[in-house]
Amino acid sequence: MTTPEVAVRRLRNQVPLLVSLVLVWNLLWGTWSWANLLSGTVVAVAVTWLLPLPPVTGGLRFHPVAVLRFVGHFVADLAASSAQVAWEAIRPRGMPHGAIISVQLRTDSDLLLTMIAESLCLVPGSIVIDLDREERVFGLHLLAVRDHAEVDAQRRRVLETEERVVRAFGSAAEIAALDQQPDQPERRPAGSAP
Amino acid sequence: MNDVDSVADVIAVACLLVGAFFCLTAGVGLLRFPDVLSRMHAGTKPQVVGVLLIMVGAAIRLTGSSVTWMLLLVAAFQLLTAPVSAHLVSRIAYRRRHVRRDLLLVDELGGGPRARPGAPRGDEPADGVDQAGR
Repeated sequence: MTTPEVAVRRLRNQVPLLVSLVLVWNLLWGTWSWANLLSGTVVAVAVTWLLPLPPVTGGLRFHPVAVLRFVGHFVADLAASSAQVAWEAIRPRGMPHGAIISVQLRTDSDLLLTMIAESLCLVPGSIVIDLDREERVFGLHLLAVRDHAEVDAQRRRVLETEERVVRAFGSAAEIAALDQQPDQPERRPAGSAP
Repeated sequence: MNDVDSVADVIAVACLLVGAFFCLTAGVGLLRFPDVLSRMHAGTKPQVVGVLLIMVGAAIRLTGSSVTWMLLLVAAFQLLTAPVSAHLVSRIAYRRRHVRRDLLLVDELGGGPRARPGAPRGDEPADGVDQAGR
């Protein structure tokens, strides 16, 4: 492998980042002009050259129908969970219990795991506390759960969120990995009082 | 003012009011929730939705102005950054044991992967409560 090849490949990995930086620059100026495009390109190259980031391997794919489904679910879940948290905040009586659960995921891609973690923080009443990258285990805090059935329901919704993200942005192999292990290995809640 | 304008104004006003209400509940939640992890819930979901709705309302009122593009940027970065900051704060809070364990129904991380013998536990305070005595 020669050096130019490496440089070209690195450039190709950087292109999405460069394009988005130029786009942000143009949006910040609020008007479209060639001067903005040129200066944006200069700034984007300078930023990526001065502050290099580790390359994100395994690019995203877009499955339009699945992306629409994901976005639709995301917006609905966001509205529902906001209403729920808002109600918990202003309801006169105190809050029910919280819970910390760990969920075994099936995806093995940095980018997809990041997207799953981001959408989990925003949607189904959970916050990601911890992520064991090697074992693909998320630690999540749930805000308001009344009993263990509700904990299990939340766990299912986490896996459904994972599935929607992977079906929308994952490669064929990653989508196949979803079906390979349809039942997640049972993780016994350690030290949980019934 | 014609009908289209007034309909758009009504929608914009509704978005602004509902968004402001969600931001208010986020603030109330920060005060009323019992521990750091719960407060992070208030800091993400109602807060993000509130900001999004206010941006939509403002975008409707300011149609045609170049400012609308900045509103779009604010919304996008709010969606991207709020979960990350909430995650970092909750992660540190959990590791430093700022967790009201008496309020937890289940804690599957307590005896989870990081509790296996030999795992580094240097990030926990020396005076922390023992695992069994939580």
